[in-house]
Amino acid sequence: MASGIRGQDREDTVAGWLFMTPALIIFAVFLIIPIIFAVYYSFTDWNGISPPSEANIIGAENYRTILVEGGIRQSDFFKALKNTTYFALGVVPTQTILALLLAVVVNQRLLRFKNFFRTAYYFPSITSSVAISLIFLFLYQRSGLINSVLETITFGAWEPIAWMSDARGLIHIILESLGVTLRDGPAFLRSELLGLTVWDWISGPSVALAAIMIMNTWTTIGTMMIIFLAALQDIPSSVYEAAAVDGATAWPTFRRITMPMLRPTIFFVVTLGLIGTYQVFDQIYVMSSGGPAKTTLTMAYMVYRNGFRNSEMGLGAAIAILLFIIIFVLTLIQRRITGSEANM
Amino acid sequence: MAAVTQPVPVREEVPWTVRLRLILSYTLLFLLALVFLYPFLLTITTSFKPLPEIARNPVQLIPETITLEGYTRMRNLNVGRWAFNSALVATVITLGNILFASMAGYALARIPFPGRQPLFLTILGTMMVPGIVLLIPLFIILRQLSLIDTYWGLTLPKLVGAFGVFLMKQFFESVPKELEEAARIDGANRLQMFFRVILPIARPALIALIIFTFQGAWNDFMFPLIVISVRQELYTLPLGLAVLRGGLGENLQWNAILAGSLITTLPMAIVFIFFQRYFIEGISYSGIKG
Repeated sequence: MASGIRGQDREDTVAGWLFMTPALIIFAVFLIIPIIFAVYYSFTDWNGISPPSEANIIGAENYRTILVEGGIRQSDFFKALKNTTYFALGVVPTQTILALLLAVVVNQRLLRFKNFFRTAYYFPSITSSVAISLIFLFLYQRSGLINSVLETITFGAWEPIAWMSDARGLIHIILESLGVTLRDGPAFLRSELLGLTVWDWISGPSVALAAIMIMNTWTTIGTMMIIFLAALQDIPSSVYEAAAVDGATAWPTFRRITMPMLRPTIFFVVTLGLIGTYQVFDQIYVMSSGGPAKTTLTMAYMVYRNGFRNSEMGLGAAIAILLFIIIFVLTLIQRRITGSEANM
Repeated sequence: MAAVTQPVPVREEVPWTVRLRLILSYTLLFLLALVFLYPFLLTITTSFKPLPEIARNPVQLIPETITLEGYTRMRNLNVGRWAFNSALVATVITLGNILFASMAGYALARIPFPGRQPLFLTILGTMMVPGIVLLIPLFIILRQLSLIDTYWGLTLPKLVGAFGVFLMKQFFESVPKELEEAARIDGANRLQMFFRVILPIARPALIALIIFTFQGAWNDFMFPLIVISVRQELYTLPLGLAVLRGGLGENLQWNAILAGSLITTLPMAIVFIFFQRYFIEGISYSGIKG
């Protein structure tokens, strides 16, 4: 009997590792080793062209160049950080709120054409980011659909703009309309912080970046909506029935019942959103290549640009590591804010 | 919004205020649907327009003249080959995931073997690493293994994904143990048990896995971008389109570009329309558990 159990154990050990083997090999070669490599090469001056073995270890030089040393790489890095942060700040709350709203609406029991609405709102989510970016490039032209729709709904008050070549920051536009400019604003606006002037830091997303943000929100809402929808359907209807008996109307029901029960899902959706927006790449590559005036330069695009285009793989790797740390810390902070309550 | 929130008995006498609110709500919902669908409609019709007409009025939905100019241009650029590559790569990656992710998921869920827990945590941990971080080191590995500019390079690293393993593990944990015990009494070993008993009942999870893997591989851009450097005949659809856009600069031939976008979008759209239910089930399945 005892040997029988031991035989079973041995068989399980062999079978377990055997079943894991294909996955383990692929994970080891294409995931674990690359992660170690990423850290290693961030401390080298490898250019991406010569054999990697010829790269010199230069210590934390790459990190110093990016973070401390005044120069174009430092200012580019903080520009990218700034742009990416504006991107996330704009996109994540908007898509989360709109997706939640849509999910609640298409979850109504008595709603007609339910399937049509769900399908329509979800449809952009399944399509290729490259194809969508090209389509929006077409729509964002000066004579394109988006300007023309804005013109129609504002009864002609909207002045058509060339979205993708407009580098003006949204907050700059607002400030300037209030009469505050870099030249005659308070002096602190001209002081420099981490390679950028204070005025540059507070620019807001440029019109071009805002255009990509709108598109990104438009494509991601569907996915988030479906995630919310699934969570909504998990709330037992008896809870709502009890609320209805107590005479609760739509808004209190939503605030007191739906929202608290959706906490974990909101955490999940916001985390997904943060991870996604901090890595935005395809859209930038296709629509703007970081321009105009580097206002759509994002961290992910900078990794690619410096590594593959400018033959600075070591520097690119260092930017990637920093990006990883930023995403990791943001997720932790976010878990602190929403997650701790979600785990109750 | 409030109007649709309240259950309204439709057949009884409905006060006109309620009726008005209903009409307004539905109008709003349909307008919103238009916001999500109209860009695709305009893309379809514009891809059949001649260039001068597009330049004159890029907003008009109905074409004045219909031409296949854009599609001919794309065909000359070898779009057929890109589509073939996309289909091949996505299919191979999906097959790999069906087999390897479910094997790994099954082992992690059901076979008690030493080292199982640390293995699972490691795999879970790799899901935290953003894809962009791996861009450069993955390129280095692929170069060392001479996989740059090959089909192997496009598929091998993606044959199993952490997400798939996770999804399958979650599923297998919900399968009743009695099934395996019955098979064991019949004298089946683990491998037979897995292929004859476990895999066939994993259908719902496998469908979700297939949809996500195929969609991800079909739409992927960043990964093919680093794998394919000079061999243009290995371009996938998104890569070919993005390079085409870069090569044209500001001088875009819109009918061709939009035709290409449509060719890239269409297969996923067709799959989506036929398997809609599974998309939604799949995303909710992984969404809740994720």
